[in-house]
Amino acid sequence: MADKIATREAYGNALAELGEINQDVVVLDADLAEATKTCIFKKKFPERFFDCGIAENNMVSVAAGLSTCGKIPFVSTFAMFAAGRSFEQIRNSIGYPHLNVKICATHAGISVGEDGATHQCNEDIALMRTIPGMVVINPSDGVEAREAVMAAVKYNGPVYIRFGRLALPIINDNEGYKFEIGKAIKMAEGTDVTIVANGMMVAEALEARKILAEEGISASVINVHTVKPLDVQTIVSDAKITGAVVVSEEHNVIGALGSAVAEAIAENYPVPVVRHGVNDVFGKSGPAKELIEYYELNAKGIVEKVKVALSLKK
Amino acid sequence: MSEKSLLLQKAATDIRLGIIEAVYNAKSGHPGGALSSADILACLYFSELNVDPNNAKDENRDRFVLSKGHSCPGLYSVLALKGFFPYEELKSFRHTGALLQGHPDMKAINGVDMSAGSLGQGFSCACGMALAGKLNNKDYRTYALVGDGESQEGQVWEAIMFAAHYKLDNLCLIIDNNGLQIDGRVSDVMNVMPYESKLEAFGWNVITIDGHNYDEILSAFDKAKTVKGKPTAIIAKTIKGKGVSFMEDQASWHGKAPNEEQYNQAMAELTAFKNSLGGNN
Repeated sequence: MADKIATREAYGNALAELGEINQDVVVLDADLAEATKTCIFKKKFPERFFDCGIAENNMVSVAAGLSTCGKIPFVSTFAMFAAGRSFEQIRNSIGYPHLNVKICATHAGISVGEDGATHQCNEDIALMRTIPGMVVINPSDGVEAREAVMAAVKYNGPVYIRFGRLALPIINDNEGYKFEIGKAIKMAEGTDVTIVANGMMVAEALEARKILAEEGISASVINVHTVKPLDVQTIVSDAKITGAVVVSEEHNVIGALGSAVAEAIAENYPVPVVRHGVNDVFGKSGPAKELIEYYELNAKGIVEKVKVALSLKK
Repeated sequence: MSEKSLLLQKAATDIRLGIIEAVYNAKSGHPGGALSSADILACLYFSELNVDPNNAKDENRDRFVLSKGHSCPGLYSVLALKGFFPYEELKSFRHTGALLQGHPDMKAINGVDMSAGSLGQGFSCACGMALAGKLNNKDYRTYALVGDGESQEGQVWEAIMFAAHYKLDNLCLIIDNNGLQIDGRVSDVMNVMPYESKLEAFGWNVITIDGHNYDEILSAFDKAKTVKGKPTAIIAKTIKGKGVSFMEDQASWHGKAPNEEQYNQAMAELTAFKNSLGGNN
């Protein structure tokens, strides 16, 4: 496997793989197949691929209708147009009747890069998380992206999976890796602070852990790929050991993983929780790597938040 | 009037009685658009659709999506008459904890093919069902009832584009063209008509009918089946509130329940009409 792969690329590959083994899988896209990588499926299974044109709301509801007739639709467009534009179609056409549709949204977050604020969706996970019964997944690398797709097809119900545009390092290619919806993965043990992360921030959290270790701070890292249902037990039991939590995500700090973890900690074992992410602002244009620095969506940013969390520890 | 038309007229009157019963007991709901589409529902459920209350999820059944979901008193009434659930349920429509929700809920209610009511979405879902029929090599047909006010939603036109593009000739769109919406005449609020030229331009087969004439409704369904390679839209010219004198062509009866006096009058009118049709009830 390549050193780095975008989760959207892994998604496209997984779909093509899935097409072979499950004849009910159909894919819908809204004129972005080249970008979302559903084109890989399209090339292999053109008769099961439906371009809906630039008409996302119809696409989402069409998928709902298909699913009532036994199809397993994967619906793809950018996160902004899936979770954003078509929020209400997802809620009412798919969520309310709890239909077996997989919404696979790409180009999420700041790392979209040059397209800028209109296309950088930092709100999708917050929106999707509020829909009753919706499973919400944000995979951390290509390996996890594939596993999430495979798990989603085995699960009977609505699933939202977020994929990114930027190539990410592979961090889950170890023997013991196992993906289970709703089961967080402890990436590293620690005693002073718990770093909870998902998506591209998991690799950054592991990097931050190394920096902190040099300063004598012991951080655990938990990959919470599934924001809903949240693995409260894994998070809370680690917080009981460390007594402080930092949550890092490529998303507005309002409403997504940071909020979910803060809610779980507040209700179960109150200790300081510090959120790290996009600080309630819109994005900007620029190369993804520069924007990541600009918004400190990196190990450095996490280390700073860890210091804050430690200062709040009683 | 043919014997079949007479039977359908009786059925439609029973549907209307159920609508008034449901909305009166709920003290809320949408009688106007339910009454305007009652004759269409009678033709669908008492003639056209191959649906069976004892096998409501049969994968070969015809599908019906009430995209204008607020008109569900009509759908619930016809489903009750067909035996999908007890008629008594109509009396607890919209009550807390009751079966019959304010808009159709496919999870709970036997015979409801799609949860709908947020306007514009149900018709897209119907397109998905029709597409699935093609993919699964099934012979069933999919019908969707859309309101004329509802057709102001952009999503409806996205779906119209989609259905023509994918040549969904197993799909039949019925527009309940009663000409009224909450804020007044459709032509005054936001004129979306004429439908015929628009739909033809989108590549559809279009049939315009009197939506209260059973022969015309059934004949349109038959014609739609013979058209291959494109979907058919039936523009049904109807009267909002049809069958209850004081509700007819009144926007104010879009979403309002009758009081006791009005309920008694509506039931008396409909019952008298039904009795005038003669024969066994």
